[in-house]
Amino acid sequence: MIFRRRRPADADPYREWKGGYRSYDLVKEFSIALGVVTLITLLLTILFSSPDEKPSTIKQWSRSDPIDFVTTAVSELDGTSGTATYGPPYNHNGSGQHEWFIYLQKWLGVSHPINTARDYVLAPLSSITGEPQLKSALSSYEHASAKQQGAWTTAYSNALGKAKLGPGDSVSVTPGAYGPVRTMMGSLLTLAQAGGLDGALLTSRQFYQTDYTEPLLFMADGSVLANRAQTEHLLGNQWGMMNETGSYPGQSWLWLYTFWYQIKPFSTSANADILVMTVMGVFSLAFILVPLIPVINKIPRWIPIYKLIWRDHYRALARGN
Amino acid sequence: MSLVADRPPKRKQRSWTAAVRERAVAAWPPEKLLADKQPSYVSSWIYVFGVLSLAALAVCILSGLVLTLKGPSWWHDTGVGLFFNSLHLWSVELFFFFMVIHLWGKFWMAAWRGNRVRTWITGALAFVVSIPTALTGYVSQQNFDSQWISTQAKDAMNSAGVGAFFNLTNFGQMYSYHVLLLPGAVILLVIGHILLVRKHGVVPPFELEQKSPQTSLATQPTEPEPGVQA
Repeated sequence: MIFRRRRPADADPYREWKGGYRSYDLVKEFSIALGVVTLITLLLTILFSSPDEKPSTIKQWSRSDPIDFVTTAVSELDGTSGTATYGPPYNHNGSGQHEWFIYLQKWLGVSHPINTARDYVLAPLSSITGEPQLKSALSSYEHASAKQQGAWTTAYSNALGKAKLGPGDSVSVTPGAYGPVRTMMGSLLTLAQAGGLDGALLTSRQFYQTDYTEPLLFMADGSVLANRAQTEHLLGNQWGMMNETGSYPGQSWLWLYTFWYQIKPFSTSANADILVMTVMGVFSLAFILVPLIPVINKIPRWIPIYKLIWRDHYRALARGN
Repeated sequence: MSLVADRPPKRKQRSWTAAVRERAVAAWPPEKLLADKQPSYVSSWIYVFGVLSLAALAVCILSGLVLTLKGPSWWHDTGVGLFFNSLHLWSVELFFFFMVIHLWGKFWMAAWRGNRVRTWITGALAFVVSIPTALTGYVSQQNFDSQWISTQAKDAMNSAGVGAFFNLTNFGQMYSYHVLLLPGAVILLVIGHILLVRKHGVVPPFELEQKSPQTSLATQPTEPEPGVQA
């Protein structure tokens, strides 16, 4: 067996400084730094304040773009929306992203279950009282076969492609075989425009609400958020979430995460997110362990920026010559 | 003949408290912890960015404390709230700015030399943990930025399985992470980093190529003062 002999501490010339010292006031240095940083922060605050764009609401969305709202609602009902087909952690309708044989998204399971048809359409409509026509429509839909439901939603979905705005921000489609779907969507739109759907989609059954997963995913399935984001240059292909509304620096420290989404193969891969997370995981680990990585830990010695940093010290040594 | 004298001496009872105190005092004697002298080579603007990062973190924590005391909606409704939110935002921007320069400076100094690997690792970890700390702040703002960032960033979290227990669209959870758990981790890492800096001191310069014996670390322009290190 071979034992590696430990290097004695005094053999490392960089362990302990044996040279000269000069006076230094730690507390004074920190106090001055705190004063300077406070002043700079105050100056930036006075000059630029901070952005605070009001959040979008389902009420606002359903009023400003009722056709997009109804189109999204139908896709939630027939299970074709982004959330409906997402997979974990919301449902089992997809396997999620993976890398090689590693299916972390699938393995961690469904932790925030969302049944888009029930949660976004059927349950909110069931909460409406005093509308016998809607009650009858809901009953017809729920008792119909899956094939029949699909035929109604597909026909209505296709008709929405040529829909026009009707009176009072309603959606007008040409007559067709939509079964009860047209009545259901009309009621859902009315509920949303009155602000009822914003509250109905909060997932907690308690009085206090803090989880906005359901309304946020519903809005993300439509184009209300994306349209605003495009105007604010926040889309994925516009260096996405590292930016912030307005002309603010945003999370510039996320530039390397965002960078990968701009280039192939990440920009065209269905598994882009897990690929970027893997690359950044490796990079982060390498960054933390730089001192232990051969070659990388020698770079500072090879590229003599240190001569600039310690130029006073080396000049003093030279004068000592 | 004395029986007592023949007994082996009782082993001295040593409490855990005493052991911790003795080790702490040995590692951080007062003259190291609050040093009033520093090595002669510490003479460059690059050294300022460590303490500037620390100062920015202090402003960030103080402004964050005011926002926490008043609750998450306060800053949307009042001018004073917006002022403190702006202080918080800009101190975060400055914290990252100073920290990045500090890290680059330490990289080019190869600041891990001389048994300082843990100092680098705690600093790098503080930077890495600061990223989700800021992200949870952005998604806790309760405005359009929060809506957009949370719905976009969730896909990266979900793809790695993290979304199962770290839900960016759950405001309550993100707020807890942002005001307690993650800043707590950053503060602990920064404290550990500073203690390691105080213990091991600032890394000495590289020795230059041995063209003459005078360029060695052993030969210095001033006389050493033993027992005091920055």
